[in-house]
Amino acid sequence: MANSISTVELQRIASQVRRDIVRMVHGCQSGHPGGSLGCTDFLTMLYFDVLRHDAKNFSMDGIGQDLFFLSNGHISPVFYSVLSRSGYLPVEELKTFRKLDSRLQGHPTTHEGLPGVRMASGSLGQGLSVGIGAALAKKLNKDDHLVFTLHGDGELQEGQIWEAAMFAAGKNVDNLIATVDLNGQQIDGPTDQVMPLGDLRAKWVAFGWHVLEMNGNDMDSVRAGFLDAISRTGKGKPVCILMRTEMGMGVDFMMGSHEWHGIPPNDEQLARALSQLPETLGDY
Amino acid sequence: MAAYPILDQKDTRSGFGAGLLELGNRDERVVALCADLIGSLKMDAFAKQFPDRFFQVGIAEANMMGIAAGLTIGGKIPFTGTFANFSTGRVYDQIRQSIAYAGKNVKICASHAGLTLGEDGATHQILEDIGLMRMLPGMTVIVPCDYNQTKQATIAIGAHEGPVYLRFGRPKWPVFIPADLPFEIGKAQRLVEGSDVSIFACGHLVWKALQAAEELAKRNISAEVINVHTIKPLDEEAVLSSVRKTKCVVTCEEHNRYGGLGDAIAQLLARTLPTPQEYVAVNDSFGESGTADQLLKKYGLDTPDVVQAAESAKDRAQIVAIRDNPLHRL
Repeated sequence: MANSISTVELQRIASQVRRDIVRMVHGCQSGHPGGSLGCTDFLTMLYFDVLRHDAKNFSMDGIGQDLFFLSNGHISPVFYSVLSRSGYLPVEELKTFRKLDSRLQGHPTTHEGLPGVRMASGSLGQGLSVGIGAALAKKLNKDDHLVFTLHGDGELQEGQIWEAAMFAAGKNVDNLIATVDLNGQQIDGPTDQVMPLGDLRAKWVAFGWHVLEMNGNDMDSVRAGFLDAISRTGKGKPVCILMRTEMGMGVDFMMGSHEWHGIPPNDEQLARALSQLPETLGDY
Repeated sequence: MAAYPILDQKDTRSGFGAGLLELGNRDERVVALCADLIGSLKMDAFAKQFPDRFFQVGIAEANMMGIAAGLTIGGKIPFTGTFANFSTGRVYDQIRQSIAYAGKNVKICASHAGLTLGEDGATHQILEDIGLMRMLPGMTVIVPCDYNQTKQATIAIGAHEGPVYLRFGRPKWPVFIPADLPFEIGKAQRLVEGSDVSIFACGHLVWKALQAAEELAKRNISAEVINVHTIKPLDEEAVLSSVRKTKCVVTCEEHNRYGGLGDAIAQLLARTLPTPQEYVAVNDSFGESGTADQLLKKYGLDTPDVVQAAESAKDRAQIVAIRDNPLHRL
């Protein structure tokens, strides 16, 4: 972790990323703005100040680099924006999101050869297993870099997550940091109503993980959380960050409910959203 | 005739185990994963010799497929091992997204396929797996016929770039493929040359097809036996050149009649060379408990079934020949 970019600068980048998100989903009139906006600060910090990576020389094997896997692939808008803003692909390409012949598929994929993407995701619950595999390969390769994954809280309802959680702790995969986006919402409503997740801290602790918490919409908290998480790697256990976020963060009318999980803004709503998000790096 | 004497009696899964061990010695990128079936999959030797490259994942096949996909990202060549049912149907979406769609170099190695699993019964006797795997874009599907060929195939897929489904079985079975017979992915093997009927078979049923060809010879029917060990990509030229000559087809597989080898060949022929075809396959049902031999007999996958299918196919070809003869249109 470089820890070299100021909080103010990261917030400026995050504002542009949020603009990209709402413009992308507006542009194709589909996609998932809510979770994307909620995870913007996390992904901005991750790609601009945490990952040891080389955007200009992307390689699938990622040897000698930190790796990130987006398990909740539906928040592809924030992923694509951050990838483009950190140099993996031309910013102009964001306008092709979800359109025919684009590399920016509705859910991320390796199928179109998009730099920065090492796994297809969208069908939920699979990314933690993939992250474990990549982390095991790093150990075999004597590569001391880290593997990061991101999951939705609703995604934890998938059984495979807990198969993977058991494996990672049981087999000491301690070069892995899994973050759970706790926004409390899923498509059909609040997670507490759809399928209560219970005491998640206790669950991850019981499975044998280091567990820490952070506020995913406070850049200083995110920075402290990453520093804490990284300091706990290499000590025999995998690390879980429980990250509280607000779905739709940054756009007032998208916050506070599940309504904006997977619908795009109309022209008027786009204008309202953009008025709340200063353009800092130049729109695509 | 006996062009293929029985060299030994061995299970195909042991061929997998032997091939995996050899591959492990040859290539340190090869890693293996197993979901609590090390003994059944004959992975003991690899696990013992390469403990750092072997991962016991417990009874969690979905997780195993995801971990295997992730291991490829660090340049590893993962071989997963469990029963065919748990290698396919149970984890179809994991294979579809994290392996096939993502284009990952995972080798899905599946034992105890089909009826010859025997006494465990229908819950474990998957008869749909070839179809499931064949439908996935980019998936190579291989069903070797005996111990020697399973060992060869295991080694061959290690050098093949891309996802592979390798299907083999539980029972001791005649070993009849000479260890030095070249094996090439996607290249069918003509084991017996004939002119009256083409018998295409895979897996354990190749032996039944050879037995049937001997019986057919006694009845003055010259059967050509082709071992289609690679079902996808299908060796289209091998199929077509045989069928142009014989003008009738029998397909033999330890699989449901839907989706397997028979359908792969029927689809090719429907597009290019419509030909009478008889299926020796399970007639859209689940299996049951019993010995391998009892089950093959009960479900119509035994040597006499192949003989009968060949005679039916030949009769149908003669009817077609009469119908298509210009003299009969007068």
